[in-house]
Amino acid sequence: MTGPLLAGRPQPPMQDELLLRIARRELARRGPRLAITGPELDDLAYQAAADALLAITGKVRQFRGESRFTTLAYKCVMLEVSAKIGRHFWRHPSVPLGTEQWEQLPARFGFDPAREAEWRDLAAAVRRAVDTELTPRQRGVFAAIVVNGVPLDALVVSLGSSRGAIYKVMFDARRKLRAALAANGYLTDDAARDS
Amino acid sequence: MNGWPALGRFLRTDPRDVGCAQAMEMLHAYAELVAAGEPAEERYPGIAAHLHACGPCGEDFAGMLAALRDAPG
Repeated sequence: MTGPLLAGRPQPPMQDELLLRIARRELARRGPRLAITGPELDDLAYQAAADALLAITGKVRQFRGESRFTTLAYKCVMLEVSAKIGRHFWRHPSVPLGTEQWEQLPARFGFDPAREAEWRDLAAAVRRAVDTELTPRQRGVFAAIVVNGVPLDALVVSLGSSRGAIYKVMFDARRKLRAALAANGYLTDDAARDS
Repeated sequence: MNGWPALGRFLRTDPRDVGCAQAMEMLHAYAELVAAGEPAEERYPGIAAHLHACGPCGEDFAGMLAALRDAPG
C-alpha cells in the first residue's frame, strides 16, 4: 500500500504501511481465537488497512485533538479488523445454522456437568424466561449469540444491523432475564438491584 | 465450577453503560489515558462500564492498548 487513496487530500500524519502493520499485528493478536491463518489472514489485514485508511481520511477534518491522530488511526484499524472478522465468520461458520443449541447453554456459563442436579433447574428457568419475557427480536439475538455462540460482529453482518443496535437488544434482554430470574428466586436481590 | 456467578455477571447491566456508539466515539482518547496510567475510568465511567460488558468493544480496546504499548515513543 502506498497511499493512492490520499492523493489530493489532507495528509494525516501517518503512512499506509503503519495501518497495515497495525492490522497485521491485531489479527495476529486475535489469531489464536480465530480459525483464520496464512494468506487469508493477510488478506484480511490488507482489507482492514485499506478501509481504515478511507475511514481516517473521512475523519481528518472533524478531528478535535482528543488524542494523538495516530491513536485515532489505531481505532479505525481495530474497528475494521473487527468488521472483517465478523464478515469472514460466515465464509466458514463454526456454529450450526438454523437450529438452537440449547444443550450448550450450561457449558457456556461454565456449569460443571458433574453437578447437573444443581444447575438443571436454573438452566430450565433461563430458557423459560427467554421464551416468555423477551420480544421475538430479543429472543432471536439471544439465541444466536448466547445459545449458538455466533459472534456479535458476525450477527451484525447477517442481520444488516450495527454493533450498537445488537448490543442494545442484548442489553435489554439481559436486564429482563435478570429481573425474571431474581423474581423467581434464582438470583439474589443484590444481583437484581445491580441491574 | 458452579456457573451461577458467571450467569449472574453476564446478566448484570450497568445503568452507566453508554453503549457502543458513544464508547467508540471516544475510545481513542480513553485508550490513551489508560495507556498513560491516567484514571480513565473515573473520567469516563460510562465508557468503562461499556468496555467491561461489551465483548467486541472490549476486544477493540484491548487491541488499541496493545498497539499503543507497542508503538515507538
